[in-house]
Parts: sequence; structure tokens; C-alpha cells
Amino acid sequence: MSRHAWLLIPILLLSSPLAAQTPEEKGLAIAVEADRRDSGWGDMQGELEMILRNRNGDESRRQLRSRSLEVKGDGDKTLIIFDAPPDVKGTAFLSYTHATRPDDQWLYLPALKRVKRISSANKSGPFMGSEFAYEDIASQEVEKYRYKYLRDEVLDGRPVFVIERYPRYRNSGYTRQVAWIDQETYRPAKVEFYDRKNALLKTLTYHDYKLHLGRYWRAHRMEMVNHQTGKSTTLLWKNIRFRTGLTARDFDRNALKRAR
Amino acid sequence: MRFGDAIAVAVLCLAGSQAPAWAGRSEWSGEAALEARYFPEPPLSPVQHGDNLSVSARPEYYREWDGGRQAFRVELFGRADQGDDERTRADVRELSWTYAGGDWELTAGIGRVFWGVTESLHLVDIVNQTDQVENPDGEDKLGQPMIRVALIRDWGTVEAFVLPYFRERTFPGPRGRLWPAVPLAPAVYESPRRRRHVDAALRWSHATGIWDLGLSVFRGTSREPRFAVVLDPLGRIQAIVPVYEIIDQVGVDLQATVDAWLWKLEWIRRRGQGPDFDALAAGFEYTFYGVRDTPADVGLVVEYLYDGRDDPFQAPFANDVFVGLRLALNDVQTTELLAGVIADLDTDERFYSIEASRRVGERWTVSLEGRWFSGGPALSLVNVLRNDDYLQLEVTRHF
Repeated sequence: MSRHAWLLIPILLLSSPLAAQTPEEKGLAIAVEADRRDSGWGDMQGELEMILRNRNGDESRRQLRSRSLEVKGDGDKTLIIFDAPPDVKGTAFLSYTHATRPDDQWLYLPALKRVKRISSANKSGPFMGSEFAYEDIASQEVEKYRYKYLRDEVLDGRPVFVIERYPRYRNSGYTRQVAWIDQETYRPAKVEFYDRKNALLKTLTYHDYKLHLGRYWRAHRMEMVNHQTGKSTTLLWKNIRFRTGLTARDFDRNALKRAR
Repeated sequence: MRFGDAIAVAVLCLAGSQAPAWAGRSEWSGEAALEARYFPEPPLSPVQHGDNLSVSARPEYYREWDGGRQAFRVELFGRADQGDDERTRADVRELSWTYAGGDWELTAGIGRVFWGVTESLHLVDIVNQTDQVENPDGEDKLGQPMIRVALIRDWGTVEAFVLPYFRERTFPGPRGRLWPAVPLAPAVYESPRRRRHVDAALRWSHATGIWDLGLSVFRGTSREPRFAVVLDPLGRIQAIVPVYEIIDQVGVDLQATVDAWLWKLEWIRRRGQGPDFDALAAGFEYTFYGVRDTPADVGLVVEYLYDGRDDPFQAPFANDVFVGLRLALNDVQTTELLAGVIADLDTDERFYSIEASRRVGERWTVSLEGRWFSGGPALSLVNVLRNDDYLQLEVTRHF
């Protein structure tokens, strides 16, 4: 082997995986890398405000508290407590996300003190009347989609990957999603949602990213715009805390009943 | 336990916590409502009231400390009713202290618990007494003095209840509607300790995969009274006597959640109230999500109801089918509707019900409720209530 050939080896090592990859493999590789970078956070709590707007600009507000637990080898567990509007205050929603089988979900109804197991087939339904569907707020597991890399682009001055993902789970309201993923941080910048007729339905953009624990990027503002109805929802995250010591015990049906 | 004792327990617990723990959350909330009931038909008895207005309030206080491990909650309820003195009352729905350890919980005070899965009837749910005068649907409950210990394990949750004081079921008064216009005699108890008989309950519940399962046993004063009647020399009913016997009851509640199907079953067997009997409610709920590409959901609920007692007043749903339609618009105002009928498979007895609600602005809700009673043999509950069909409008302000 000549001296020049030695110089070529690192270049080949860098480029050959990309060259040999199909767009599907490259799309999956991007999703896997994004998931890898966002793993190990343990548990997370925060407060949420949703501002719902109709096409006339009338606003309605929702206040929620969210707790999440990372589960190794399975989807995350999430508990959401409703604080406002006051008629649903005390209602709580518990979800065990699973990568391949349907999620387990329970709702706590404080007026009856009743914990009700609910169907998770309601993927495409609006969450609290907002433009976020249940499937949009669920934890994003790699196995939930098939992927396809489309192209590189520059979005707001930053290089991004543009990938397409197709839901593999049943009852999705989408045929596909197009996601703009930041090439440096692997955090999402924008997602377009296409409905069952493959028409553009919604666009989600991520804003006010902050770095937590020196490693985890979280958007503190998300804007979801429905192009078909003219409605939109702003989702604001406040007071995000990681590794607060939550355990599986804080995500069982007893904890759901105690949640306030 | 008397209310005073419960307060003392709560105060001691509050006093026992460390100073920094007071940094916990505390909040008041609640609601107040104006209710109007329209009765299209005149009452069977001239002493019973006609159309009716009523106001109610339900303040709530919640405080948690010790990093959320300890909580104190109070929920009060009061109503002032135009037509029925028995409906004008106040109740402590909840006044309890809870300690949540790692894998166990302790609750002491007045509390409320719910067991079960079915929609049309709640057979297994036995800890709290029904506040029947509040609403004939039986979903309103009185506060129950209790000590509850729960052990939370991988194989399920075991809860043990000691229930030291009994609350009698509320019924409409002599002028009230939705109950026969016959005086209610003082209750008769099997136990000489009457209300102070200490009842006990044990429940195991577990969720695994598609299954949610509960097994329960109860020993103590039956929450549901048996009705005896006092007859005059001519054989006419002079008074109804609620009889509270000591019963043993076992219950099973089971739900399988498969895609948009919820398969549900509740079964009980009760001993000590006449001959042993079984009762069952079983069926399904199927939801069509996002109907016609709108955000709305339409659900169909079908439940078969069986009761081994041959008594159409005591147990009106002995061989019946409930068919209900649930509509949720999933809009900003959370507009919802549930309409259904319980139809007797042996007679022409029918019980129709409709409930709808919608939020108005951020702090108000408006709800509509209607119930119709038709058919049924003489002295069946539905037949006795045949003139008490009503339509109710309620406006609630939430705080």
C-alpha cells in the first residue's frame, strides 16, 4: 500500500457508511443518533401552559404539570395533571408508552374519584381541545416510525437534515411527517404533519431551546399551526427540572389518585 | 370516628411536620351551582313539589408538604333546595390526611373511594354511602370515616379499610320528587351497635397488559338498605323502613382494553340480606375516534344487567340491557353528551337518561340532564317514579 493510500483510509471510513446507506438507513441512523443523545435523563418535571387560538384569534388557556420517567428498554412513563381551566382541575392522565405494542393509559376523574383505563387508540384526537394530538405529545420512540432521509438544508442559518417518518403504530392521523433535525445537536427544529389524505395538516416549530444538565436540549416554546382550520396552539414549558428523584412508584395508579 | 376526632388527627399530623416542610403547596378551589329542575307532569301526591330551584357549593382545600409525601384534603358540600327539606343539607365529603411512603400509603379521616369499571351501574363500589337525594343516578357519595392502608407491590395493590362509622343513605323527603310520597320511618339495624358497627373491606387490584383487575371483600353494614313497609289495617303502605343488615360481599371488577374496545365486567355476591344473591353488569364500550374526519368521538356502550333478587322496587335492573351513546366533540369548550336507556328484557319498563355539558368561558360550565321513567309492573321503582320525569339545567361557576 502506498503512502497516499494510507491517507485515503480515514476519508473512506468517513464517507463509505453514507455512500452505502440507502435513504431509509440514513433516516433511521439520524433518528437513532437523536435518541441516543437524548437518553439517560432519568426523570423530568415541568409546568406547561397551552394557549389555544381559533381563527378569529380568540384565546383559551390550559395549565398542566408534567412528570416523565425514562424507562430503559421500553417507552417512557408520563403523568400529566390538569390545573386549568378550573372545571377540569385535578384531572390527571397517566401513560405508559410502548415502542411496539399499544400504550397503556389511565385517566383520573376527581369528581367520582375514579381511575378509568382508557383506550390508547385515540392517537389522532386533540389533547384538551388543542392542535396537539395525543400522538404528538406521546414520547417519541425510534421504533414508532419508519424513516427516510430526504436532503440536507439550511434552516434559520443552521444546517439541518430533512427526514420523513411514517408511523408504524395503528390509528395514526398521519400518513407521514417531515422533520427538520439540527445537524449539530440532533434536536428537532420543525415538523410538518400530513393527514390521512396526504394533505398538509399542521406545522410544529420549536423555539427557545435551552440546554439542561449540559446535554439535553428542550424547546421551551412550541408553536403548532393547523393549516386546514386556521387554529393554532402555543405550548410553553416552564420550570423544567431533571433528575428530581421520581421513581416508578410515582407513575402507578395510586400516584394518579393522589396527584394534585 | 367523629368529625372532631378526624380534625384532631389532621391537626396533630400537621403539627408533627418539620418547619421547612411548610414550603409545600396549599390551595383552595371549588364550585358553586344553580340548578333548575322542570317536571313536565304533576306529582303523584299533591304534597310533592313541582318545578324546583336549588343552589349548591363545594369548597375544597388541599395542602401537601414533606416533599409531597403528606397531604391534607377537605371537601365540603352544601345545598339549599326550594322544594325538598331533605335536599337542604351539608356534608363533609372529605377531611383526610394521607401519608405516601415508598411502597405503602396510609389515609385517615373522612374519605371517598371508587371501585369498578362499568358505566350504567356501580355494583362493586361499596365503601361510600350513596347520596340518593342529590341525584337518582347514585353517583354522588357521602364522605366515609375510614382508615385505609395500601401496600403497593409488583403483583398489585392491596388495600385494607377499617370503616368505624356508618352513614345512612339519603332519600328525598315527603315533599320531594324522585321517591315515593310515603313517609320514611327511622332506620332499623341488624347490629345492636347500629351506626357504630365497625365495617371492614379488603381489595386487591392490579393492572397488567390489557387487563385491569380488582377483587374485593366487604363485611359490615350494607350500604344499600333493604326496604320493609308498614301497612295500615286496610293494607295500604304507611311508611317505608330502611333496614340495614350486616352483609358479606365479594366483588370482581375486570376490564380488558383492546384497541378501541373496552370489555367490562362487575360481579358481586352478597350474603346476609335475605337469601344469598348475585348481581352482574357486563358489556363493552366501543369508540369511533375522529368521526368523519372531525375531532369528535362517538362511543357506544352496551351493558347487560342482572340481579338475582326478585324485587322490582329494590333491584329494578334484574334482567336489563343498557344501551348508551357517548359523544365528545373534543372542542375548546369540552362539549360532551351521554344518552342512554336501560330496558327491562321481561317487561315494558324503561329508564331513559341524557347528560350533556359544555364549558362557557374559562370558569363556567352549563349542563343539561334529563331522566324519563316509563312502564314497569305496579310497585316497581320505575313505575312509582312514572310522574317524576325531569329536565334539569345547571350552571356552575368554578373557583
